[in-house]
Amino acid sequence: MVENRPILRIVTHLMLLLGVVIIAVPIWIMFVGASHDGVRMLQVPTPVLPGGMFWQNLVDALFGSGLEGTETAPVWLMLLNSLIMALSIAFGKIIISLLSAFAIVYFRFPFRMMCFWMIFVTLMLPVEVRIIPTFEVVANLGLLNSYAGLSIPLIASATATFLFRQVFMTIPGELVESARIDGAGPLRFFWDFLIPLSRTNIAALFVILFIYGWNQYLWPLLVTSDKDLYTIVMSIKQMLEAAEQTPQWNIIMMTALLAMLPPVMVVVFMQKLFVKGLVESEK
Amino acid sequence: MQQRVIFKSKTLPYLLVAPQILITIVFFLWPAAQALYQSFLIEDAFGLGSEFVWLENYQTLLGDEYYKDSFIRTIFFSIAVTAASMSIALMLAGYADRVIKGAIVYRTMLIWPYAVAPALIGALWVFMFDPTLGIWTYVLGALGFKLNYKLDGTHAMTLVIIAAAWKQVAYNFLFFLAGMQAIPRSLIEAAAIDGASPMRRFWTIIFPLLSPTTFFLMVINVVYAFFDTFGIVHTITNGGPGNATEILVYKVYRDGFMGLDLGSSAAQSVILMAIVITLTVIQFRYIERRVQY
Repeated sequence: MVENRPILRIVTHLMLLLGVVIIAVPIWIMFVGASHDGVRMLQVPTPVLPGGMFWQNLVDALFGSGLEGTETAPVWLMLLNSLIMALSIAFGKIIISLLSAFAIVYFRFPFRMMCFWMIFVTLMLPVEVRIIPTFEVVANLGLLNSYAGLSIPLIASATATFLFRQVFMTIPGELVESARIDGAGPLRFFWDFLIPLSRTNIAALFVILFIYGWNQYLWPLLVTSDKDLYTIVMSIKQMLEAAEQTPQWNIIMMTALLAMLPPVMVVVFMQKLFVKGLVESEK
Repeated sequence: MQQRVIFKSKTLPYLLVAPQILITIVFFLWPAAQALYQSFLIEDAFGLGSEFVWLENYQTLLGDEYYKDSFIRTIFFSIAVTAASMSIALMLAGYADRVIKGAIVYRTMLIWPYAVAPALIGALWVFMFDPTLGIWTYVLGALGFKLNYKLDGTHAMTLVIIAAAWKQVAYNFLFFLAGMQAIPRSLIEAAAIDGASPMRRFWTIIFPLLSPTTFFLMVINVVYAFFDTFGIVHTITNGGPGNATEILVYKVYRDGFMGLDLGSSAAQSVILMAIVITLTVIQFRYIERRVQY
């Protein structure tokens, strides 16, 4: 702070605390909702202080067969599905982007620019825009209701390729020359130099992509009809629809809490990598 | 564009780009071409055959009152979400930039909603604003305001906007804060010595220097409001009541998967693609140039 203004300092902290509270209140309500029994959640007004049913609800949600009247899998299985999808998307994107960025930066070959532009246009086509034709392609390939169908169509990514391209460009040419003089071939150079040198970028990107993959909603909704492949985020919709008849808000809120926890933990505990990944991948 | 020192190989580079190019063609370019082709077709009522009709789907769309309404609604929605989340984030970042002790704690507490899926926010909103059960419905009712988003379109729209903005504050905050911390302290100190108040320093130094960030965030937020809010709309309102919250991306989904009007849905997809491509080009051409100050 440049000068000492006690009043402004108090206002600053008050405003920030207000912001923190506004952000946190909905989650508090979610937590409270997850800690009462089902009957209490149907009495108006719904509680604002936690009750004693948290562990019971946790067990019911994790290992029960979902809500009455819904066709969802137990939550532990959906968490596992989400994890598999998020990890496949994150690893898949990183691997194919590293390879293609390496080819574009370190080789000169016919159609190089064409490849570059083909990757570039994917930047402009979010899943939501091309859902129906993409769905048809996946259906024709027989990939509906499979982990491959859940993750592969989301794997191609221009942002990751551009990020690695930028990282590779900053690596001094002398390094490549000396590696070559010492007899390292391209793959050796890739493995022994490029990968270690871009380690933090890979980690930062991984954090962002994990959150991206975990939070996918529309795509899993379309490609899965087998409940053993439901992901946790998409299952919330079915639970809400069931809630129209028999609301079991305690279980729904517990499920939402469990669905939210992994990506939020990633942001909180890997904050440095998260911020780095976010700022870099948007450049 | 490329390293000065390169490797020589005839086949290796193709093998390296192959996975990405293959996925791009199969899951991006081919579907996009399909959408474009389908948008020129009209299927007959039984789905048995289809007829090539050139631009008829587009003409129907442009003459369609519902589509026009949805378009205007989406623009209003994205402006509201962008304005609300950016102004709140700017204010919070402005304060957070002044904090010395506890800055990291504040940042952590403000950025985590980035990680919450839109659909989960939707579920939470349904719970909090349920017409009979919701805690906020109860509080507002005690104050004499009857909230019922299942019947009143304005209420539904307001709730969806609040939900979308609530999530996006985190993202905007992070970028504004990063932008502010990149401004040299000496500039601000010099202005302070000249007697400029904190408020004045903010508007005459910090805010103008942030303009590349602001512009970049505007584009990102509009894209977010156009596309990423599908989960929020789908869980909270299903586009209703009536069509009150039916934004464009929801309409593509509804017409294509529920209405099975593939030609119209494809034409809508193509229009959306055109919008995204325009926004991306604006972002690349215009912003890249302005970042150098």
